[in-house]
Amino acid sequence: MNQALPSLAGQALDHLGDHERKGLLRFLTCGSVDDGKSTLIGRLLHDTKRLFEDQVAALQKDSRKYGTQGEELDFALLVDGLEAEREQGITIDVAYRFFATEARKFIVADTPGHEQYTRNMATGASNSDLAIILIDARKGVLQQTRRHSFIVSLLGIRHVVVAVNKMDLVGYDREVLQRIRAEYEAFSQGFGFETLEVIPMSALTGENVTRRSEAMDWHDGPTLLEHLEAVEVAGEDRLGPFRMPVQWVNRPNLDFRGYAGTIVSGAIRPGDKVAVAASGRVATVARIATMDGDLDEAVAGDAVTITLQEEVDISRGDVLSPPESRPEVSDRLSAHVIWMGDQGLRTDRNYVIKAGKRSTTGVVARIEHGIDVNSLKHLPTSTLALNEIGFCEIHLSAPIAFDPYEVNREMGSFVLIDPLTNQTVGAGLIWASLRKADNIHRQAFDIDRAARARLTGQTPRVLWFTGLSGAGKSTIANLVEQRLHAQGRLTFLLDGDNVRHGLNRDLGFTEADRVENIRRVGEVARLFTEAGVITLVSFISPFRSDRQMARDLFAPGEFVEIHVHAPLDVAETRDPKGLYRKARAGEISNFTGIDSPYEAPEGAELVLDTVVRPAEELADEVIRYLGL
Amino acid sequence: MSNRGSHLRRLEAQSIEIIREVVAEMSRPVMLYSIGKDSSVMLHLARKAFYPAPPPFPLLHIDTTWKFREMIAFRDRMAAEAGMELLTHTNRQGLAEGINPFDHGSSYYTQVMKTDALKQALSHYGFDAAFGGARRDEEKSRSKERVFSFRTGSHGWDPKNQRPELWSIFNTRVRPGESLRVFPLSNWTELDIWQYIRSENIPIVPLYYAAERPVVERDGMLVMVDDERLPLRPGEVPQRRQVRFRTLGCYPLTAAIDSAATTLDEIVTEMLIARTSERSGRLIDHDEAASMEKKKREGYF
Repeated sequence: MNQALPSLAGQALDHLGDHERKGLLRFLTCGSVDDGKSTLIGRLLHDTKRLFEDQVAALQKDSRKYGTQGEELDFALLVDGLEAEREQGITIDVAYRFFATEARKFIVADTPGHEQYTRNMATGASNSDLAIILIDARKGVLQQTRRHSFIVSLLGIRHVVVAVNKMDLVGYDREVLQRIRAEYEAFSQGFGFETLEVIPMSALTGENVTRRSEAMDWHDGPTLLEHLEAVEVAGEDRLGPFRMPVQWVNRPNLDFRGYAGTIVSGAIRPGDKVAVAASGRVATVARIATMDGDLDEAVAGDAVTITLQEEVDISRGDVLSPPESRPEVSDRLSAHVIWMGDQGLRTDRNYVIKAGKRSTTGVVARIEHGIDVNSLKHLPTSTLALNEIGFCEIHLSAPIAFDPYEVNREMGSFVLIDPLTNQTVGAGLIWASLRKADNIHRQAFDIDRAARARLTGQTPRVLWFTGLSGAGKSTIANLVEQRLHAQGRLTFLLDGDNVRHGLNRDLGFTEADRVENIRRVGEVARLFTEAGVITLVSFISPFRSDRQMARDLFAPGEFVEIHVHAPLDVAETRDPKGLYRKARAGEISNFTGIDSPYEAPEGAELVLDTVVRPAEELADEVIRYLGL
Repeated sequence: MSNRGSHLRRLEAQSIEIIREVVAEMSRPVMLYSIGKDSSVMLHLARKAFYPAPPPFPLLHIDTTWKFREMIAFRDRMAAEAGMELLTHTNRQGLAEGINPFDHGSSYYTQVMKTDALKQALSHYGFDAAFGGARRDEEKSRSKERVFSFRTGSHGWDPKNQRPELWSIFNTRVRPGESLRVFPLSNWTELDIWQYIRSENIPIVPLYYAAERPVVERDGMLVMVDDERLPLRPGEVPQRRQVRFRTLGCYPLTAAIDSAATTLDEIVTEMLIARTSERSGRLIDHDEAASMEKKKREGYF
């Protein structure tokens, strides 16, 4: 190696400068092992010198142990990284591969091709600019080709390469290619691809992958690598209107208040006006601050920190945009949902919905239709199983700012998370708002919550008391309110029974009514806290997902979950309202603790044990927690 | 970072977004600082992410007591410069039992002094997110790992049950006791790291530069005699050779390479014409076929 340095140094250092300037292309490969996908990736890595000697040596060893290619190197083993994959000879998960040429750096998302891995393909596609769809020349366009193309199109990829592989096995026949090209172009017409390159190749020999093929001198298009190096994919993000979801508010001291985030489209300069989508407030950009000095301009893809000339209330999840070109804001959406959970989608369940930098909860209220990924036909359905795709109506517990996915991928996407398992169970692509009034942007009110909080001189909070009937919620909540009142604090207590008699008297005890009951109480509590009031909520609220839904309505730190704990037998002995007796007698059903579960909080801010300590002491503990 | 649209600028921005997301969503993050070149880049990115504030989390170094001496000096200097708290942790029990890479084998030693030590520290401080500098191009099982990688209460990794990760939306939800390992450098390659160090002037441990150092040749690897604790085998005599390191770990387990590269440009040049991967110098990777995956399941970074 030492000897090689002088002769190669000059050349390599030139390369170095180029490397720093070159662009990045992210693409995914779709196709199954039989189509030669792994061979193609292995070929690209090998011919661009990304395989090192020790990796080739390990590959030789593995090929003998697990390989399916006889004495040849089995490139599939190079990309199948997990033990289970190597043993079973299948690709389970998305693998990321890296290589570079003089012109570009490439990140390859290698995704399995079978129908049961739609979720992995969607994952790989979500961050790709281009897709390579493999077709075995002997088999032509198959059902899986259609499936791959549909998913690629749905995920918003506008640049596609159809790699017609194994041309060596059909005698490099030009007519084979022409047939496949004609068929592919016909069915992909509605898919909105901006560039579509059909390339005949042999991944095994490298023909038309990294080098031109003499046997296919009739092919007048580029080789695969030439095309990947040259295809123009960027641009759309830059051209769109400015969007920056605020990721984090940077306040190191009183003199600096910066809004940190990644610009997802458009550009911004100091002096530009920006509007906060949710509140409608408008301010002027003062600085774009970075460790390398202030910037004159920042563009899509940049992670920046912006300061504003005016003082505006902005928090994580807010979206900054030009006042004249704002995103939509809505709590009712239509969206394509790709289901990724082992348990099917349920329309009666609350999911956590994370869109950009904003988390809220919501339900999939209705599945308009499912989509058969092979035939693309619409099917009536009431659920989505793993790897199924549907067009759905989503109801959110709080409005979000968005653009349709077609227009802006980052602004139009969300994931669904199961609040019980914390698994990511679905991916959503927003189509449109379902509220007619969304073109009317929210009016900015001059008196905001911060102003009211200043007037009352207190930090508004919601104290959410949850626990079994008879655990002591109302008793403690009452004592806490008395103590706060004595201190001159403005408070309000929402009690389950009282609210049931008024605001929620139209609600029964079905699953849907129960969710609605908590939703309304959460919303009312939010209004009270916005008014500057310390709000106490005393509700059994037995289900974690419901309490999470309420919690998500509030800013971090504002929602204080207090678990008032007594074991069931103790609560039942107390039975202050005689309800347990009635439930045991079968006179009331769905009674928490008897024939309906109580899901104890896992992350409650406070747990109060009413068996061991008296109510007065526990009330004092709440006051101490509040620092009052 | 100038050169708008260049791949380094895009990688930098993506890493900053990842680091900020952790701080915005997690209650007690920590950055694993291993002192190597990847850690140096990660620390630099963290400083950029929160400028003008210092990164709002501590650095954690797992000290096996077998690190190169130069690394420790460098570590203390960098933490001070960044204005960050530095926590160090050593598996005291392992130390008391005298666990070392020679008598107990590299595999068991790594388990006790690195993996177990790491788990002890994470549990002790109650961190719910830990940044690591691992890259997907380093090793096969890493190429399949998420950027936000979920860990059970016992710090285990289940590669077959990973959360799908789409767009730049990261699922950060954990229950008490569970945690995330977060890898901001997932999409960087070794070459990107060096390019970035070069264009941003990031300080690195001098061991990356070639110099005359005392080494012995052992099982085809050059092992540096960093202190008197390295037991010499019969016939082994330390000789001074012009060597450097492509990665840095515990000195008895990290092989040096012959090299004349004494500047960054020369290192990058050497890298461009290298014929072996960087982890080929890491003895612990070769113990068995799916070696890294196994270690990672058990809690290794």
